[in-house]
Amino acid sequence: MPRLIVNGKSHDLDIEPDMPLLWAIRNEIGLTGTKYGCGIAQCGACTVLIDGKPVRSCMMGSGAAEGKQITTIEALEKDGTLSKVQAAWVAEDVPQCGYCQSGQIMSATALLNHTPNPDDSDIDAAMAGNICRCGTYVRIRRAIKRAAASPLGKDKV
Amino acid sequence: MNKPFDHSRRQILVAGATLSGGMALGLFMPGNAKAAVPALELGGETQDAAALNEVNAWIVIEPDDTITLRCPMAEMGQGTASGIPMLLAEELECRWDNIKVEFASVNRNIREKTLYGDMVAAGSRGIRTTWPYVQQAGASARARLVAAAAAKWSVPASQCEARESKVFHKASGRVLRYGELAKAAAKVKLAAEPGIKPPEAFKLVGTRQPRLDSKIKSTGKAQYGIDVRQEGQLYASIISSPVFGGKLVSVDDSAIQGARGISHVVKLDDAVAVVADNYWRANQALKKLKIKWDGGADAKTDSAQFAREYREALDGPMVTAKEDGDAKTAIAKTKHVIEAVYETPLLAHATMEPCNATIHLQKDRLDVWMGSQSPLANAKMGAEETGLKPEQVHFHQLYLGGGFGRRTFGDEMRQAIRIAKAANITVPLQLLWSREQDMRADRYRPQSAIRFKGALTADGKLEALFIQSVCGSIQRSTGNPVATGLDPTSLEGIAQSVPYNLVPNWYTGQMLKNTHVPVGYWRSVGGSQNSFYLESFIDELAHAAGKDPLEFRRSLTDRVDSLAVLKKLEEMSDWHKPLPAGRGRGISLVENHAAVGGQIAEVTVKATGEVHVDRVFAATDAYHVVNPNLVDAQIEGGVVFGLSAMMYGEINIKNGAAAQGNFNDYRVARINDAPEMVCALALTGGVDEKGKPKWGGVGECSTAPIAAAIANAIFAATGQRIRSLPLKNLKLTGPTQQARL
Ligand code: FES
Ligand code: FES
Repeated sequence: MPRLIVNGKSHDLDIEPDMPLLWAIRNEIGLTGTKYGCGIAQCGACTVLIDGKPVRSCMMGSGAAEGKQITTIEALEKDGTLSKVQAAWVAEDVPQCGYCQSGQIMSATALLNHTPNPDDSDIDAAMAGNICRCGTYVRIRRAIKRAAASPLGKDKV
Repeated sequence: MNKPFDHSRRQILVAGATLSGGMALGLFMPGNAKAAVPALELGGETQDAAALNEVNAWIVIEPDDTITLRCPMAEMGQGTASGIPMLLAEELECRWDNIKVEFASVNRNIREKTLYGDMVAAGSRGIRTTWPYVQQAGASARARLVAAAAAKWSVPASQCEARESKVFHKASGRVLRYGELAKAAAKVKLAAEPGIKPPEAFKLVGTRQPRLDSKIKSTGKAQYGIDVRQEGQLYASIISSPVFGGKLVSVDDSAIQGARGISHVVKLDDAVAVVADNYWRANQALKKLKIKWDGGADAKTDSAQFAREYREALDGPMVTAKEDGDAKTAIAKTKHVIEAVYETPLLAHATMEPCNATIHLQKDRLDVWMGSQSPLANAKMGAEETGLKPEQVHFHQLYLGGGFGRRTFGDEMRQAIRIAKAANITVPLQLLWSREQDMRADRYRPQSAIRFKGALTADGKLEALFIQSVCGSIQRSTGNPVATGLDPTSLEGIAQSVPYNLVPNWYTGQMLKNTHVPVGYWRSVGGSQNSFYLESFIDELAHAAGKDPLEFRRSLTDRVDSLAVLKKLEEMSDWHKPLPAGRGRGISLVENHAAVGGQIAEVTVKATGEVHVDRVFAATDAYHVVNPNLVDAQIEGGVVFGLSAMMYGEINIKNGAAAQGNFNDYRVARINDAPEMVCALALTGGVDEKGKPKWGGVGECSTAPIAAAIANAIFAATGQRIRSLPLKNLKLTGPTQQARL
C-alpha cells in the first residue's frame, strides 16, 4: 500500500508496489500530464522529478518511490504563472503534437536547476533521453537557453 | 442552426466539450488575461448557451464577444488547428486575442450533410483543400453580422464596416459589438453569399503568429486519446498476431488466474486482449498468457528474402507511369550512361503516443474518444462494426500525439469495438497499444527498389532518364485492387510530383509488389523513398557530368517554384564556399504534397565513418501560407523525421513478423542528432489552372528531401555513394579525399 507524495500531496494507494509510478500517477492518482511512450526508459515521455532529479516513471516501482518528493508537470505552473521553463517553451512555440513535451520540460527543469547556464553539449547530454518524434529539438535548445537567460531565477521544484 | 443534441451521456471528465460535441482545443495569445485560461479548464456542461450564440456552424459569438471557432481538422502537431482559425478570423474581421478553438463535431458533420468536409488531416491538405469553404464560412458570418447591424440601424449594409469584432456605421458614428449582434445575425437571410478575400487582401493570414496550443501543451493539460477517463472505464491491452494476417489458435490463461483487477481475456480472430481496471494490470497479464498463433506460409518470410525479390523484380514487366520522349532510344544512342540501383526498407511511424481508442458501446449509441486523422471515416467505420447508424456514433476528437499517416486507418478503434462486442462490455473501454504492439501492428512505409539509367550528352546535359521501380502499393494494402497497376502514392517523386520539367526523354515504369506486410501512408508518402532515390541519382549525374549539383538541377527545370527555391537556397547557404576536409555539403530538391522543398545539408564525417549532420538549410515554396511560424516548425520537424529514417529507420521482417518493437531497437533521432536549421520561404504565390489562388502543403515537403541532401553531402565529404538505407547499416570509411565543394 504505497504512500506517494505527488506535487506535495500525499496519496495512500491500494496498489501493488511493483506497479510502475507512471501508471500509479496516470491511472490511480489521475494526473495525465505524464505520458507513456515506451515503458522501458527509452523515450522520456514519462519523466517526473524525484527529489529534484529526472526519473523515468515507467521503470520505477511505486514502492520504491514511497516517501520521496515526486513532481509532475502539473506542479510547475503555480497560481496561474508558468515556470520559467514553461514560459520559454511557450515563447519559442516548442510543442508540435506536444505529447513528449511534459517529459522534455521536466528534464529541462532538472537540467537548469543543476546547470543554470548549459551549453549545447550539456543540453544534448541532459536531453538525449527524451525523444520527440515531431522533431522539435531545435526549439527545445532555444527554449532552454531562453529559460537560462530568464531573470526569474531557478524554478523551484 | 442549433440542432438539438443529446448531452445526457456526457461525462464531466471530458472537459470542455461543447453542446455540439466539439472538444475545446485550448487557447490563445499569451498576454491576454482573459484568454489566458485554457478553455479545456472551463469544464463540461457550461456550454449550453454557446450553441445558442452560433452565427453559423463554424462560429459562436458570446454576448461578451468571446468567439469560438470550430476546426474540422485534427491537430497532431502540424498546426492546422491554429491555421484554420486564422483563415476564419481573417474573413470574420474579428479580434485575434479573444478566441477559443474547438474541434468541429463529427456527429454533426454526419447529420448535416458533411458541412465540415471530409475532415481528413493527411496529405498536407489541412489548408489547401479547406480554404474555400473555411473562408466562405467566415465571410458569411461577417456579412450576417453586418446585415444585422444595418437592420438595427435601418441603414444600407453597404454603409457599414466590420472590423475588430465590431460593426461600424461611419456616417452616424454608431458601433455595435459582435456579441450584441450574434443572435440577430444567426437569423439573417442573405440574398447572396458574399465573396471571399483574395490573398492580397489578407491582414492576419500570412503573418507570423504564435500557435494556439503551446501553453496547453506545456502544462500537461492538453488531452490526448490516452488521457480519456470515463466513469467506470476499463482498460485493455492487446497483442495482434505477430505474423501479419495470421490467426489465433489458442490461449492458455492459467498463469493469470486470480490476478488482480483482470476482468476479461478476449479472443479475436487475429489478436488477444486482456481487460482490467488498470492498463498496467491488463498489460502485465497479457504478457503472461501462452498464446499459439498460426502464421501460415508467411511465417517463413524475412527481409533479406524480400529485398532480393524486390531487386530481382526490377528485371520484370513494368507498367508505364510516365513517358516523355523516348528515353530508351536516347540511352541506346548516348555514350555516357550512368546506371545505379537503390533500395530502402519498411519504416514504422512510431508516433510518440501509441495508438489508442476509448469506446462506449451501448444499444443505441457508440461513443468514441480518440485522436484521429480521419474522424469522419472512422465514425462511419464504427457504425459498420456495430450495426448502428452513422448518426448514432458520437466521435470525440482529441489531440493526437503524432500522426504521420498512422492515425488515418482506425485499426485501434475497430479492435476496441470488437473486444467490447466479444466480451459484451457495456462500460467505457480504453484500448491502449503498448509500444511493442504499436510498432509491430503498424502499416509501414512500403519497401522498394529502383533502377536508374541516365544519359548525359557530351557537354554534360541530361538527355534521358529511364526509371524502373518496384514498390509496395499502399492502395492494394488497404483493399483497393488497383486494376491499372499504377498506385499514385508509389509514384510520387519519380513520375509525378517531380520538380523538373526539362528532361527531354523520361520514362518511369513501375511494378507494384506487395508482401503480407501491410503498408500505409508515412509522412511524405512516395516521396520518402522516391525523392531519396531520384535526388541521389541526380547528384550522381551532376558529378558524372562534372557540373555543380545546384547548377545541374537548375538546368533541368524552368518552373518558377523550383527555380525560386534553388535561388533561395543558393542565397541563404554558403553553397559556393568550400568546406574543410572531412565535411561535405549536399543538395536536394523535391516536389511533395503541393510544395517545392529544397535543402542543403552540411555533414561531418569522422575518421571512423561516423556521420553528423551539422546544419540544414531549407527553402520552401508553398505558394500561399497562413502562418510562417508554423511553416517553419513543420519544416524543422519534417527534416528531423526524415533524418531519423535516413540514419536509423528500418523495420526488419523475421519469421513473417516485425523484428523491432521499441525505441531500443527501432532507433530514432534524438536531440544530439538534430542539426542546426535555417528555414526560409520562397513563396511564388500565383493561381492554379482554374485561376484560384494556389495554396501549398507544408507538412511533408521537408521530410522528402533530407535523406538525399545528407547522402549527397556524405558523397561530397568522402566520395562514398549511399544507395541503400538506413545509414547505420553501411560501413562508411572516413573521408578519403578533399571535400568537393
Ligand atoms: S515511457 Fe518511460 S521512458 Fe518511455
Ligand atoms: S512534440 Fe510531438 S513528439 Fe514531441
